[in-house]
Amino acid sequence: MKSAVVLLPGLNRDRDMIAALTKISGQAPATVWQTDTEIPDVDLIAIPGGFSFGDYLRCGAIAARMPVMRAVAEKAAKGVTVIGVCNGFQILVEAGLLPGALMRNASLKFVCRQIKLEIANANTMFTRRYQPGQVIRSPVAHHDGNYFADVETLARLEGEGQVVFRYADGTNPNGSMNDIAGIVNDKGNVLGLMPHPENLIEAAHGGNDGRALFESALGIAA
Amino acid sequence: MKARITVTLKNGVLDPQGKAIEHALSGLGFDGVGQVRQGKVFDIELTGTDKAKAEADLKAMCDKLLANTVIENYAVEIA
Repeated sequence: MKSAVVLLPGLNRDRDMIAALTKISGQAPATVWQTDTEIPDVDLIAIPGGFSFGDYLRCGAIAARMPVMRAVAEKAAKGVTVIGVCNGFQILVEAGLLPGALMRNASLKFVCRQIKLEIANANTMFTRRYQPGQVIRSPVAHHDGNYFADVETLARLEGEGQVVFRYADGTNPNGSMNDIAGIVNDKGNVLGLMPHPENLIEAAHGGNDGRALFESALGIAA
Repeated sequence: MKARITVTLKNGVLDPQGKAIEHALSGLGFDGVGQVRQGKVFDIELTGTDKAKAEADLKAMCDKLLANTVIENYAVEIA
């Protein structure tokens, strides 16, 4: 399975994402730069975490308007799988590929810790290797992960099973609505999540709870 | 031509920063402070002289970049 990682100035989790995809898919992902207007033929495009463009204006706002994101939108429209982690999630909502917005954490503090995640929908291409309702661990590291959507959007997300990951057992680190940690678009091929599953994929990380997400998205047998 | 764009959070959108400022003002002894909402101001210099075109351009700038209309409103003012 071929993958590509989007690179933007200010991202800092790109190497982690590249390492995770290389280890799990067995081949190094292609990399695409912010000014690239074409993305090679791949099965999965990942937008890593960090602080693209210094998070100036709003987190992800400037990155979302770069040429490469038009190419990502075109690929997503054709059904290519897209994952945005942390800043990548913020970029996807700013680009309009996912609904809602990510606001400053309710605590106003940057949070860097391990939280628990409930698989709120195990019937997606990103979670099919998990059990429904399964609770996994994942690291988070962000300042703006407080998911917000208007009442109608929130009802639609919940009703259509688009809420895929929820903070579990009182570990919501940012005050997000309905404990939302990750959502998919209405077609189900674009995922955004604040936690960092790519940082929990092997024993050296202290666990591999995040591995099944990439195995699911890449269609790799467990 | 000079323009000022004011971006504010929509009603109903939680504003943790505004809330913290509200508490800080109370802490400083300012009585009678109700809700505080934080926003952004952009002062933009324009080289053209066509006011109507400037207004249309500024609105497009807000829709495309300066405001996130999911959570924010904007107001355009041309001096």
